[in-house]
Amino acid sequence: MFTESPPATADVVVIGAGIIGASCGYELATRGLSVLVVDRGAVAAGTTASGEGNLLVSDKTPGPELTLTQLSLDLWRELPDRLAADLGRTPDLELEDKGGLMVARTAEAAEALRALADDQRKAGVTAEEVAADAAPELEPHLTRELVTTVYYPQDQQVQPVLAATAMLAAAVARGATVVPDAPVTGLQRTSGGFTVQTAAGPVSTPAVVVAAGPWSGRIAALAQGRLPVEPRRGMVLVTEPLPPTVRHKVYDAGYVADVGSASADLVASAVVEATRAGTVLIGSTRERIGFDPLIRVAALRLLAAGAVALFPALGAVTAIRAYGGFRPYSPDHLPVIGPDPAVPGLWYASGHEGAGIGLAPATGRLLGELFVGAPPSTDPSPFAADRPGLAAAYPSTAGDSA
Amino acid sequence: MIPTRAADVVVVGAGPAGLHAAVQAADGGASVLLIDSDVRPGGQYHRQLPVEFGAVHPERAHHDQAEAAELIARLARHRRVTQRQQVTVWAAEPRLGGGALLSVADTSSGRAVNIGVIAAPRVILATGAYDRVVPFPGWDLPGVYTAGAAQALAKGSRVLVGQRVLVAGTGPFLLRVAATLIDAGAKLAGVLEANHTRGWVRRPRAMALAPEKVAEAARYTATLTRHRARVRAGRAVVAVHGTDRVEAATVAKLASDWTIVPGSERRVDVDAVAVGYGFVPQLDLALSLGCGTEPGPDGGPVVTVDDYQQTSTPGVYAAGELTGVGGAVLSAAEGALAGLATALDLGTLGERGHSARAAAWNGVRSRYRRFATALAAVYPVRDGWQSWLSDSTLVCRCEEVPYRALRGAVEQSGVTGLRTAKLTTRCGMGVCQGRMCGANVAALTATLSGRDEPADPLALTTRPLTTPISLDELAADPARGEHD
Ligand SMILES: Cc1cc2nc3c(=O)[nH]c(=O)nc-3n(C[C@H](O)[C@H](O)[C@H](O)COP(=O)(O)OP(=O)(O)OC[C@H]3O[C@@H](n4cnc5c(N)ncnc54)[C@H](O)[C@@H]3O)c2cc1C
Repeated sequence: MFTESPPATADVVVIGAGIIGASCGYELATRGLSVLVVDRGAVAAGTTASGEGNLLVSDKTPGPELTLTQLSLDLWRELPDRLAADLGRTPDLELEDKGGLMVARTAEAAEALRALADDQRKAGVTAEEVAADAAPELEPHLTRELVTTVYYPQDQQVQPVLAATAMLAAAVARGATVVPDAPVTGLQRTSGGFTVQTAAGPVSTPAVVVAAGPWSGRIAALAQGRLPVEPRRGMVLVTEPLPPTVRHKVYDAGYVADVGSASADLVASAVVEATRAGTVLIGSTRERIGFDPLIRVAALRLLAAGAVALFPALGAVTAIRAYGGFRPYSPDHLPVIGPDPAVPGLWYASGHEGAGIGLAPATGRLLGELFVGAPPSTDPSPFAADRPGLAAAYPSTAGDSA
Repeated sequence: MIPTRAADVVVVGAGPAGLHAAVQAADGGASVLLIDSDVRPGGQYHRQLPVEFGAVHPERAHHDQAEAAELIARLARHRRVTQRQQVTVWAAEPRLGGGALLSVADTSSGRAVNIGVIAAPRVILATGAYDRVVPFPGWDLPGVYTAGAAQALAKGSRVLVGQRVLVAGTGPFLLRVAATLIDAGAKLAGVLEANHTRGWVRRPRAMALAPEKVAEAARYTATLTRHRARVRAGRAVVAVHGTDRVEAATVAKLASDWTIVPGSERRVDVDAVAVGYGFVPQLDLALSLGCGTEPGPDGGPVVTVDDYQQTSTPGVYAAGELTGVGGAVLSAAEGALAGLATALDLGTLGERGHSARAAAWNGVRSRYRRFATALAAVYPVRDGWQSWLSDSTLVCRCEEVPYRALRGAVEQSGVTGLRTAKLTTRCGMGVCQGRMCGANVAALTATLSGRDEPADPLALTTRPLTTPISLDELAADPARGEHD
C-alpha cells in the first residue's frame, strides 16, 4: 500500500522511489519478500522525472552496458503484460518501438558511425545503414546535408514517470509498502542488519537497497558504505505540440562521444524525438556542476542549434518548456548493482547516469536474482561494487546538498 | 536596441511597483533601464485606454489615471531612465558578482525576437501577479472570463464580455470589476462573494489601516447600488451551462468551508461569467534566479525579501505582488523602497538621504502589509470549491485533464507531489505551463493525498523558459547585437 508511515520491520528496505527503486522493489516483491520502498519526496519525482525515456541500444558500444541494455529492452517489451497481471489493468506507459536514426553529417563522422555499427552488429544489435538519399523516406523533414545514417529498429521509448509509478503500483499489488515524503536520515547497523531512520519513523530490516539516484553516495555513507556516484547535470528542451514532424529518435553521431566522455564541461548533442502529445523533446546536455539546479541559457542554446541542424523546419517552432535533472554519474560509466562486500546487508542499484530508464528492468531483475541467490540473467561482475574501475574514484564525496 | 552599456539598475515590469522603483532609483542617482512586456507601461492596475480610442471621459474608466500618467510622464523625461516596452525576459540566470543576466526578446512584431543578454548588476523584479480562478463544471466554455480579463477588456479596449454578466469569486477586486463593467454598459446579473464577509466588518482596525481602500470600496458599492446590483455574500457560481458558450449559470449558497448548501442551487440565465479568486504571484524569474520563497498572506509561495526588498540572491530585489499580493499602494511602496535601496547600494544615495526618502514609504509598506494580511484572512480561498467539481470537470484546460485523472493518479499511483502529478496526468504541461492550473492542482493534490501541501509545492511554478520562443531565436548568438 501507499501510506504515510512505514511498518516496524521489512525484509528489505529500498531507498529511493525513482525508476530504479521502483524496478528493484517490484522484482523483490515478486520474489515473495516483504518490501518497503521509501522516498524523501513524492514518488518518481527525482531524476526519473527529468529522464527523456529513450531506451537505446544505438548509443552503446559493445561491452557490459550493451549486454545489460539488450536484456533490459527485452524486459521492457514484456513489462506492460507483466504489470497488467498484477494490476488488473494494462498500464499505459507510452511504450513505443520507435526505432532510432543516427545521423553523420561529415565524412569523418560517417566513418566512425559505420565502424560503430559494425561492432554493434557483431554484438547482436540490428543496425542498418540508410544512405543519404534514402533517409528522407524514414524522416521526411531531416536535413539533406548529411553523409549517411544508420537505422536502429530496436530502440524504444517510454514515459519514465508512468513506467515508474506503474512498477510501484504493481509492487504494492504484490504486497510492498511505499512511503513517500519520508527522507532517510540515518542507517544504524544492528546485529540483525539496520535500523533505517526515516522522517516518518524507524524501520528494522536485515537489508537495504540504495537506489537514491545521484544522492546514493550520501545514503551509502550513512552506513559507512562507499559508492562514488556524483551528479552530472542535464537539460531538456520541449516544443509546442506539432503535427507529426519527427518519426524516430534522431540524433547526431557525435552524441555517442559525449555520453562516453568524462568531461566536466558543458557538452551537448541533440537527440530529437516526438512524444505522443505531439511535443518534440530535445535533449540533452551533460555538465558536471554539482547539484546546481538553475537554468543555463548556454545549454539551451546548444540544444536548439543542434535540433535545427538536424531538422531545419524546427527553427520556426516554439519552445515552451525546459527542464533539467542530475544523472547519477559513476566514474567508469557503469551502474553499480549488487552487495557492498564491506557492509553486510547493504546493496546498491545506482550510477546509471544517462541510461537509468533504459536499464531499469534489467537492474531490478539482476538485483532480485542476486538478492535471493538465484542464477543471474547476465554476468553481474562488471557491475560489482568492488570492481577495479571504481577503485580509482576513492575517496570521493557525493557532492553538496540538493 | 537594448543599450550596450548596462544600466546600474534594471527594473523588470512597469506596473505600480516597477514604475516607483524606476523613479526612486533614478532620482537617487542610478541609471535605470525599465523593461516591460506590455504595449504601454502601467501594468494591469494602471491600464490605459489605447490612445486611438480618444475616450471622451477616460477618467471614468481610470480614476487613477492621473497619478499613473504623471509617473509615466516623469519617467519618460528622466534623463537617467531608459524605458522599453514590449521587451520580455525569456530566461534569467544569476550573474557572477551579483544581479542577473537577462535574456530578452522584443515582442513588438507579435513574436519573440531574441535581442540579446542584459548584464544587470542590480535587478528589481516587479513582475506582479495574475488572476486565479478555481475550476467548476463548465468553466471551459466560451463566455467564462477571469475577472481581470473582463476588466481589462472593458477598461483597455471598451469591449464588453456580455450583456448579462455574473461576477463571482472572492475579494474586493470583484467590486472594482463589477463597477468597471457597469460603467462600460453591462447589465450585471449579480456580484457573488464566496466568503461570508461579516468578518470584514468585524475588523475595524484593519479597515483603519487603509482608509482610502475603504473609501474606494464604498465608491464601487455606491455605483453598484445605483444600478441595483447588489453584492451577495456566501454565494458562488458553481457551474455554468451551454452548448457552444455560456447560456446559464448555477448559483449556490455556500457553507463557511465553501461546500454547497444542499438545495440552494438556482439557475440564472447569463451570457458571460467573470470569475476571480484572488491572484497568484508571478514567480518565474525569481525562481530562475534562485530567490528563496516563503508562504505569503494567503498561504501560497511568495519571494522572501528583507527590509530593503532584497531577495536571497545578491543584487536581486523584488517588489509588488510577487512578494505577497497586497494591491497597488503596497506595490508602489515596495517598489519605491527597492529603488531607493539600489541607489544606496550603488553609492549615489547616501545613508541620510536614503533614510529621509525611505521613511514615508516604510510607513506605507508596514501599514499596507498588515492590511494585506487582514484582507487575506477575510477573503481566503476555502477548499470547499473542490466539492463543486464533477469527474469530468477539467482541472487543466490546456491539456484537457479531467478531475478524475488527477484523482486516479493519487489513488492508484500514490502521487503526493506536483512533479509526479504533472507527469502522470499532463496537468500543467500545456502552453500556459501551469499558470492557470498550478495553484488548483497543488490544492487538489494536497487534499487528495491527505496533506497540507504537496511534496514539491513549487514544481508547477518553476519555469526556466519564462516565455515561449522559437528554436531559431533561442539558438541565435546573443552577441550579434541589433536585430531587425
Ligand atoms: C536530462 C536527462 C535526460 C535523461 N534521459 C534519459 C533517457 O532518455 N534514457 C535513459 O535511460 N535515461 C535517461 N536519463 C537518466 C535517467 O533519468 C536516470 O539514470 C534514472 O532516472 C535514475 O533513476 P534512479 O531511480 O536511480 O534515480 P532517481 O529517479 O533520482 O531516484 C532516486 C530517488 O531517491 C530519493 N532520495 C534521495 N535521497 C533520499 C533520502 N535521503 N531518503 C529517501 N529517498 C531519497 C530521491 O528523492 C529520488 O526520488 C536522463 C537524465 C537526465 C538528467
